[in-house]
Amino acid sequence: MLMLDAVRYEKNGAAIIDDIAFSVKPGEILGIIGPNGAGKTSVVRALLGDVKASGSIQFAGRSIAEFSAVELARHIAVLPQFSALNFPYSVAEVVLLGRTPHSSGRRIDTDIAHAAMAALDISYLSGRRYTDLSGGEKQRTQLARVMAQVWRSADGDPRLLILDEPTSSLDLGHKQQLMQIVRQFAGDKVAVLLIEHDLNVVANYADTLLALQCGRVMAYGSVQEHLTAAMVSDLLGAQVSVVQKNGVKTVLNTVIA
Amino acid sequence: MLHPNTVRRYWPLLLTGCLLLLASLVVVALCVGAVSIPFGHLLLWLQGQGDMQTTLIVESLRLPRALLAALVGALLAVCGAASQGLFRNPLADPSLIGVSAGAAAGASAVIVLLDFSQWGWLGLSLVSLGAFVGAVLVVLCVYRLATRSTGTSVATMLLAGVAFSYLAGSLANALEFMADNHKLRQISLWQMGGLESADAVQVVIASVALIVVFAGLFWQSSALNALLLGESEARHLGIDVAAVKRRVIVAIAAGVGICVALAGVISFVGLVVPHIVRIVIGPNHRYLLPISACVGAALLVLADILARILIAPTELPVGLLTSVLGAPVFILLLRNRYRQGAAH
Repeated sequence: MLMLDAVRYEKNGAAIIDDIAFSVKPGEILGIIGPNGAGKTSVVRALLGDVKASGSIQFAGRSIAEFSAVELARHIAVLPQFSALNFPYSVAEVVLLGRTPHSSGRRIDTDIAHAAMAALDISYLSGRRYTDLSGGEKQRTQLARVMAQVWRSADGDPRLLILDEPTSSLDLGHKQQLMQIVRQFAGDKVAVLLIEHDLNVVANYADTLLALQCGRVMAYGSVQEHLTAAMVSDLLGAQVSVVQKNGVKTVLNTVIA
Repeated sequence: MLHPNTVRRYWPLLLTGCLLLLASLVVVALCVGAVSIPFGHLLLWLQGQGDMQTTLIVESLRLPRALLAALVGALLAVCGAASQGLFRNPLADPSLIGVSAGAAAGASAVIVLLDFSQWGWLGLSLVSLGAFVGAVLVVLCVYRLATRSTGTSVATMLLAGVAFSYLAGSLANALEFMADNHKLRQISLWQMGGLESADAVQVVIASVALIVVFAGLFWQSSALNALLLGESEARHLGIDVAAVKRRVIVAIAAGVGICVALAGVISFVGLVVPHIVRIVIGPNHRYLLPISACVGAALLVLADILARILIAPTELPVGLLTSVLGAPVFILLLRNRYRQGAAH
């Protein structure tokens, strides 16, 4: 449903990303990894049309440039890395903002907002002020908002959820809980692009991975096949060992004495 | 803060309450003053049977003045609420970020460059236009300077406001320096203008401005709501951010420009009113804009009553009273920001 081919975006003559090609289908979680400045966020910005890129970006069989802003918002929701909201909306109101692009009516929107809050286990926060929340509660509220945006296939099909480092401010327990919810939400219907620094999150929850280095694709394919110690060492210059247990890979730091 | 559901359910009641408050303050404004008019006389006047003195005082002095105060207060509050939404910052009051100063410079320029003393409403419209142009220039510059994709820098915004206030102020001074005695008199008359020179023409201009500006901003209310999340977040919710910003900036500049042209610079109404209203009903612009309009109108009518009676028979400038009220709120807001550690 989303296909990128030979995508290139340059700034002041220098290529920020070049020759990017990948695709993602409904129900698939694609983990995008790479060192700082590798172009992970730029890939997302290019495919959303926030920056002007060359090459082909197809969504649901059409060039993504043909979509209007509202149309795009009905299919694609984006969880940003940082959120600068400093007005005292209640949690329920923030989640309800996710329904902005749809005209499904007040009642349905409220129901969906409540369902999204229930899915993220934040129903008890619904009347609280966003500005009073902890970092983890804010993150779950924002995730509920973007999930509410692409909650039903009736409002837009296919659906894509883009998460930019969703777990960076979370402790291990909340990290697992949040990714479990994302996994469940994706099911077999929603495609997910997951920009992530934590390789274990990718190892545990992603189906495929796209490793970027200096704006180019270094590895692309199934996590099982491509997540190896050699690849991580090439990609990040980090010494790790990758162990496998019950069919799931785990990346361990190897401390050099 | 009221729960959003409570606000939605009791919305008509809330609005009616605010309108009643405004109406009763207008009645008080008609009754009190150097000559006090008993309520009974006012009722007779309403039925068209008032005595000559009541009719004269109410129709040619107090009614236009109270109406102008209400309209200007509503405009300032609505523009304040919208500019805080645009800048995503509760401190972004048009008078603090230099917009009012820009408007004043624009208005002075028109007064000095054109001789319109006999032109009536056309002259006033031209002054308003000059104020609008000055206001637009300042909002655009401050917005460009202070706003990045990651948010608005409060420090840059306020400092840019200081810089533009000085720039606009010195421009206005230079214009006064070049003006001859006749023009100088016109400028100082306009600067002292305030609300006491209110007449039917001003009330009509202000009403039209309020209707247009309010409708324009209210139309953008759900976009403004999404914009509070951040610019790219709003874009990803399907909002045409560039177009929304353009419309909101034009509406704010028009509203503030016309207020400055009609009543001079009245500070802090645009800061205090939306702030208080937001504490009670939350930041949803669908409710914030109409309630701010009513409360702003009520506040300025009240301030004008106080300005007229505090040291009667002399009058205080109404801007002085709003500043006395507004400056502490501003300081409190600043203090809260630093306590929360939100330094940017």
